[in-house]
Amino acid sequence: MKFRTLLRHFRESFKNIGRNGWMTFASVSAVTVTLTLVGVFLVLMMNLNHIAGNVEKDVEVRAHIDNAANQNDIKAIGKKITEMDGIESVIFSPKDEELTNLIDDLGDNGEAFKPFEQDNPLRDVYIIKTKSPQDVIKVAKKIEGFDYIQSVKYGQGYVEKLFSFVNIARNIGIVLIVGLLFTAMFLISNTIKITIVARRKEIEIMRLVGATNTFIRWPFFLEGLWLGILGAIVPIGLIAVLYYNLYKYAQPQITFKFVELLPASPFIYQVSAILIVIGAVIGIWGSLMSVRKFLKV
Amino acid sequence: MIEMIDVKKTYPNGVIAINGINVKIKPGEFVYVVGPSGAGKSTFIKMMYREEKPTSGNILVNGLSLPSIRNSKVPLFRRNIGMVFQDFKLLQTFTAYENVAFAMEVIEKEPEEIKKRVMEVLDLVGIKHKARMLPSELSGGEQQRVAIARSIVNDPKVVIADEPTGNLDPETSWEIMNIFEEINKRGTTLVMATHNRDIVNNIKRRVIAIESGKIVRDEHRGDYGYEI
Repeated sequence: MKFRTLLRHFRESFKNIGRNGWMTFASVSAVTVTLTLVGVFLVLMMNLNHIAGNVEKDVEVRAHIDNAANQNDIKAIGKKITEMDGIESVIFSPKDEELTNLIDDLGDNGEAFKPFEQDNPLRDVYIIKTKSPQDVIKVAKKIEGFDYIQSVKYGQGYVEKLFSFVNIARNIGIVLIVGLLFTAMFLISNTIKITIVARRKEIEIMRLVGATNTFIRWPFFLEGLWLGILGAIVPIGLIAVLYYNLYKYAQPQITFKFVELLPASPFIYQVSAILIVIGAVIGIWGSLMSVRKFLKV
Repeated sequence: MIEMIDVKKTYPNGVIAINGINVKIKPGEFVYVVGPSGAGKSTFIKMMYREEKPTSGNILVNGLSLPSIRNSKVPLFRRNIGMVFQDFKLLQTFTAYENVAFAMEVIEKEPEEIKKRVMEVLDLVGIKHKARMLPSELSGGEQQRVAIARSIVNDPKVVIADEPTGNLDPETSWEIMNIFEEINKRGTTLVMATHNRDIVNNIKRRVIAIESGKIVRDEHRGDYGYEI
């Protein structure tokens, strides 16, 4: 295809948007409504995911070492843990430090433990973080089997519940977003189909005068793209303004440790990009699928 | 130029539209296709521009065997023939000029050439002064002139017209026929399906009469031959 022809297709696609004013309005509205819904869910899900991630990140394995172990044994255990799959970090915390932390954590009540500084009942501990929080249980079970390990703690019972809750929340979110996307595709492609059925005569005439299918498709392809992008403008504006204000005013009110919203600055851009891409893809897809029907002569 | 060999066409619903036609149309000929409604005229015409495929037999147009052309190549074949219809088939959102220019744009002609040639053919059909008007702003006769201009803009060897005067008053019909005669004089083969008795009887040309899917008459300078 000559560059001049490509320019013609661009020009033609813009003209068609104007020529088919009300049909354009209908298609853009359909895109706007569904993308707004998709956008809101996206914001909710991504934040929920972020919060869940924060909670998960705090999960760690604490391996308490038996007092019978000597320095070499302790080092050997550390090396063995580090060499395991999926380990992110291994920190050694000697029992003196453990006691100091305990006393500090307990504040005034910590004074009661001061006498133990002479004869520390605590153990040396390896604090292990896994790359994937879900691996915590597997890693903990394995370490339990090592020599000189007195006990392994990772919040048994609590962690399993947390993980299953987070998983369910994530899956529900994914199902909702996928479902919404399908609805959007269906709704938008149907609207576009109606606008193109109205133009079936136009396609028929184009074929009669010798336009190839590719030649006919190009302006429709571009038109679908513009419809998708036009339809994404309002949802993006709406979500940007709302989220910016939510982040600015609501975030400082939230004091609960794990609940932290995604920072407005990169997040709004990310959501905008996602919405534009979804709009464009759905617009193009709907447009091409509808034209295809009339090109089978 | 155009040749049909043992052509039969049966539609999926069982209707036999064409039942064994053999015909040869030489370059530069002017042929009327006549016959009662439902006789198979339209199918006969449609097969010439590959809108319909024959069930059996072969059709050659400009040396191409139409039944064997792939669907995707049909538009390429149609670039070499001009078509005119009863309902004009103009793009309603395009001006007269744009409608004619479109046929040249699809074959990626140079813009300068398009401009020159489109004005030339609009002049030939006598509608140059209305080039910027939309079809809805033109009369039936004027719309048909635009359609004719479009059909000849790429200098096809064959022009196929399906009831081109069907929607026009007698006076306008004569004007349109004058344009067709002019086109034919320049060497373009013209095949025209028509119900217009006056035209066929006054502008004497070859007449092919079709009834029940068969050619029942093929005369060098024939009459319309049917009572209306």
